[in-house]
Amino acid sequence: MSGGRGVALIDLSINGEATSVAAPSHWTLLELLRYKLGLTGTHQGCDKGDCGTCTVRVEGRAVLSCLTLAQSAQGRAVSTVEGLGSGARPHPLQAAFDRCGAAQCGFCTPGMLMSAAAWLDKIASAADPDLSDEAIAHVIGGNLCRCTGYTKIVQAIGEAAREVRAGGVATAVGAAATATAPTAASEGAVSLRPTSARVGGRHGKIDAMAPMVGEARYTDDLVLPRMLHGKILRSPHAHARIVSIDTAAAAALPGVHGVITGADLPKTYGIIPWTQDESALCVDKVRYIGDAVAAVAAESEDIALQALRLIRVAYEPLPALTTPAESMANPDVRIHERNKDGNVSKRVELAFGDVDAALAGAALLVEGDYRFHGSTHGALEPHCALGHVDAGGILTVWSATQVPHYLHRALARVLGLSPRQIRVIQPPVGGAFGGKSEPFDLEFCAAKLAMLTGRPVKFLYTREEVFFAHRGRHPFDMQYRTGFSADGQILGVDARSVLDGGAYSSFGLVTTYYSGQLLGAPYILPSYRFDSVRMYTNKPACGPKRGHGSVQPRFAFEVQLDKAAATLGIDPIALRRRNALPPGGRTVNEFHIGSSGFLQCLDEVERASEWRSRKGKLPRGRGLGVAGSTYISGTNYCIYPTELPQSGVQICLDRSGRVRVFAGTSDIGQGSSTMLATITADELGVALEDVRVLAADSDLCPVDLGAYSSRITLMAGNACLQAARDLGAKVREAAAVQLECAPRDVVLADRLATRIDDPARSMPIAEAFIAAEVRFGTLGSTGSYQSPREAVHGDYRGGTIGASPAYSFTAHVAEVEVDEETGEVRVIAIWCAHDCGKALSPVLVEGQIEGSVYMGFGEAVMEEHEAMPSGLRADGGRRLPGPGMAGLLQASSLLDYRMPTAPDTPRIEAIIVEAPDARGPHGAKEAGEGPLHSAIPAIANAIYDAVGVRIDDLPLTPQKVLAALRARRPA
Amino acid sequence: MLRLPPLQLLQPTSLDEALGLLALHGASARLIAGGTDLLPNLKLGPARPEVLISLQRVAGFEGVRVSADGGFDIGAGTRLQDLAEDAEVRARAPALAAAASVVASPQIRAMATLGGNLCVDTRCRYINQSELFRDALGGCLKSHGSECHVVPGGQGCVAALSSDTAPALIALQGVAVIVGPAGERRVAIVELYDTDGLAHVRLQPGEILWRVEVPMLAPGSAAVHRKWAIRKAIDFSLVSVAVRLDREPAGTRALVGGVVAVAVLGPRPRVLDLRTYAGRSVDEALARELGQLAFDRCKTLPNVPFDPVYRRERLAVEVRRAVMSLA
Repeated sequence: MSGGRGVALIDLSINGEATSVAAPSHWTLLELLRYKLGLTGTHQGCDKGDCGTCTVRVEGRAVLSCLTLAQSAQGRAVSTVEGLGSGARPHPLQAAFDRCGAAQCGFCTPGMLMSAAAWLDKIASAADPDLSDEAIAHVIGGNLCRCTGYTKIVQAIGEAAREVRAGGVATAVGAAATATAPTAASEGAVSLRPTSARVGGRHGKIDAMAPMVGEARYTDDLVLPRMLHGKILRSPHAHARIVSIDTAAAAALPGVHGVITGADLPKTYGIIPWTQDESALCVDKVRYIGDAVAAVAAESEDIALQALRLIRVAYEPLPALTTPAESMANPDVRIHERNKDGNVSKRVELAFGDVDAALAGAALLVEGDYRFHGSTHGALEPHCALGHVDAGGILTVWSATQVPHYLHRALARVLGLSPRQIRVIQPPVGGAFGGKSEPFDLEFCAAKLAMLTGRPVKFLYTREEVFFAHRGRHPFDMQYRTGFSADGQILGVDARSVLDGGAYSSFGLVTTYYSGQLLGAPYILPSYRFDSVRMYTNKPACGPKRGHGSVQPRFAFEVQLDKAAATLGIDPIALRRRNALPPGGRTVNEFHIGSSGFLQCLDEVERASEWRSRKGKLPRGRGLGVAGSTYISGTNYCIYPTELPQSGVQICLDRSGRVRVFAGTSDIGQGSSTMLATITADELGVALEDVRVLAADSDLCPVDLGAYSSRITLMAGNACLQAARDLGAKVREAAAVQLECAPRDVVLADRLATRIDDPARSMPIAEAFIAAEVRFGTLGSTGSYQSPREAVHGDYRGGTIGASPAYSFTAHVAEVEVDEETGEVRVIAIWCAHDCGKALSPVLVEGQIEGSVYMGFGEAVMEEHEAMPSGLRADGGRRLPGPGMAGLLQASSLLDYRMPTAPDTPRIEAIIVEAPDARGPHGAKEAGEGPLHSAIPAIANAIYDAVGVRIDDLPLTPQKVLAALRARRPA
Repeated sequence: MLRLPPLQLLQPTSLDEALGLLALHGASARLIAGGTDLLPNLKLGPARPEVLISLQRVAGFEGVRVSADGGFDIGAGTRLQDLAEDAEVRARAPALAAAASVVASPQIRAMATLGGNLCVDTRCRYINQSELFRDALGGCLKSHGSECHVVPGGQGCVAALSSDTAPALIALQGVAVIVGPAGERRVAIVELYDTDGLAHVRLQPGEILWRVEVPMLAPGSAAVHRKWAIRKAIDFSLVSVAVRLDREPAGTRALVGGVVAVAVLGPRPRVLDLRTYAGRSVDEALARELGQLAFDRCKTLPNVPFDPVYRRERLAVEVRRAVMSLA
């Protein structure tokens, strides 16, 4: 057996094929598959066995390829997702995943499929296997998914299992690709895709199969000739001045081609034009543990890492401020020297109506202090960027970003290039959730080092670096005072919030506004005042996580409502109905609400949870809780001042009956490309698979601002609809000539142009396209979307921030069981009704609801992104040693940062409510963020219903519940 | 991604060959079986062994055999998944099958071995971290520092043994069969561990944990294992405890003896002898007393990432529930 240092020759079977391959002796099987054999369907998410993304099968067992030495696979049969099945001949699992909409970003999907396939082989001929959802959840317990809440995955695996057992499908290990004959059912599954897609039809994602067969190329799957690997040196100090950096030894190391420091990229940037306080590499000081100091490009990651160790940085440590309180108390220890007001990042004070009078006259005043902790996105794909300067001098950056347009602008600014010299491409993204919605150090470093070295340079974050990049949910300390009338009418709200911003501004200006501005609906607030202050601290920067800025106040406010309902003896749903803002209403802060299905959402969760027959009648320890919320469908204004459209779409028809849609939109798994294809196919009468969406490439596509603020469906959807309608009119006009009718009497559907009054008279859609091309020349059209500019927002400073063309509405009911002896909370089920205006693709909307509920559940009960304290505070009664500990993350791996696994996740029931909004395409509003919000207070309120204690300090951990139960009990 | 250090992998196919390689390479070598504990630790550092001697291909390392006395003779290379699913083990040593079935995730159980789980390195929130984290912290007793962050001023490393099979096997009176240059020796699992978090497994240089013997429980005896962690998969245990109760096989069914074996405290499991409770009937009152006993005698530390005060209270509840499940 081979095994010397250096390189090993390995003979193994890969997907049934004997393979002989040489690899460095310290490589894992994962690296061998991805970087030697090009089998990039197997992904890497956590570096070290905590996420299951890299699952492959070795001798039939589902194992972690990141913890398998490549050499130990010598002589073994290895199978990967590439061997499972193909688009034409899918494995029953792939067919079921596609059918059920079980893949969103697709990044975890290959590993998920391999775990499921190993189990399927085991139970295929077992006597009486357990096929329950619970059993299936345990099968995939080691595979984290961040998009789906596992709901549709468990459903798909169950369907495949029942199908295999019914049909006796062979899924032989290692020979799956050759031995698996597609069953009638799996072939049927493929043909289940409707030949003509209509808006509102139950279809999956147009690109779902690509990751399932290992075909999707995420950024780290891209390899260019002569490509170098970059690594970033990061600060071990939470706060320090950089005295000097010596890179000579690193630069001299053989295999190193470039070393850069802050001096090479001094230009500051930031997503918000008014708060550009970041630089790609720190220039004069570091502001958190993990802040970027220098970067290296070398022939391998190993050499790059070795070079980092040779860089000498002299630091002068400064006091580390790890809490907003410390930052306030020490304004002289300035985290940003040029900041005007100590360590205050942003302060917003706004008042609407006479709050003091309203509270003074209230029959009931509910006062509460709330704490919302930090949490992070946890997308399974780590950030990755690849830079390359081509022969024509064009810099191309491929990046796992959700805002390619803003990245494009930032690259130009920081690198001192014209935007026309830069091309930004966003490959498929393995989840983002707001964590990839601004530029990051690695993108600038990849670009700069590619320019300096003349070679392609790729940077891939470790999981720890993803935790450093963060931009997660801001920790909030909130004080709420809410006045109510005796019959439960809200009279006034007074809110004070302190936001823990971390080291940089990020979206913080917006977050600070959102913390107050987005509370104006779904209830009538006759008077309202908020005072929010965001403090800099020496920790990774906080930013936008799904439900940006409004999840925290929503928690406080919905618990306030629950407390009022309990005190006043009013049913919590009834109290919410009583205060509901009607459709077409105007919020106290002057936002104009369009459609609202909020009351219907309340009705739906009341019905689905059997609230009326069960509330207050459940056995001891069990309870139901309700909460409601609202969210924006995009923001009315671009982040930078401009009169340009927010979104543009270009559509071309070709003579074969295919349609190409060019859009700057970022599909991060949510299915924005499918949304565009659905609108296009519906308008032009073609099948979903006839539409090719080419998205997020600055050379090919018109600008779209990106996947943030839940804006794409409304904005790009409208632009797309406009472009498609323009072409549809031309096609109908041309077809009408041949069909001898008026253009308005031509229907485009089912790949046909048909006379509405005589369905027997039709022509194939491709012929209609050709007729149109004959008549009008090459067929292309554009559409653009600009948000309404008049009378939709407040006429005061900040009155535009948080204003949206349309608002979604949500209600949740959660059912919990509390173990009174341990304080442990088991969330049994969450019902979520969400008003998305119109579900263009209901399967995808359900997926967004399920994923949102899951994410809210996770941060409600277990996730925590917090740093260790500065040593000024006590922990567990003991003084912590410092200062080295200050600002270190408590959890910076997917082991310690506990994202719920499938067996942890409650039953999630997604209910679609449709209150079409005149401003949405076909009435559609957002669905990707709203359904997260009220999941959290619904759980907290259910705990109160179950055991009578209030936990106002998130997360809802067992020790807090236990302490509250004890405090309640008589001594 | 995180990189493994340069290393040489040796894959012997016989025990003698493995022992020979171990003798040859001495302290520069580490044994690897499933690799699910070692490889993450190597990726994070600080350990940098030059040679890994894999036991995966060693003949006779894997497999569950029923021994002459009706107990089990289990190859240390037996995968946790196989142990958890073994019908005989599930029927007659359910505490062991249960402990094996709750380790980490399905994929890790498909790779990790019983021997590996017994020899799993001690864990601590300050050591199972990146090089940057440890540098920022200034190291600790287990890396390049001289300070313990768990017990300020502490002189010994108190990282936690986070094995689930160890408490189960202690309760089941398991015996480790260790082979080395001097031949074979047998060590009760309860004696396998030391209090030094840097070297908590009492294996001498050149030795291999080869088999585990699990005797058949006496009539009237029964054992159970309970794990508590935040998540139902992936997580290391925050509480891992096994309880064996020995009772009169017939008649009063009164308690004769037994043990409570608790892991995830420090480097060594805590074992509480229950002989002083002989004569008691196994009921709610006893369960509560034993829960309190565990609480009093087991000190949880802020070494693993969860509130130690809660872990200690939770341990008491888990012990009580374990006893009640045997009542």
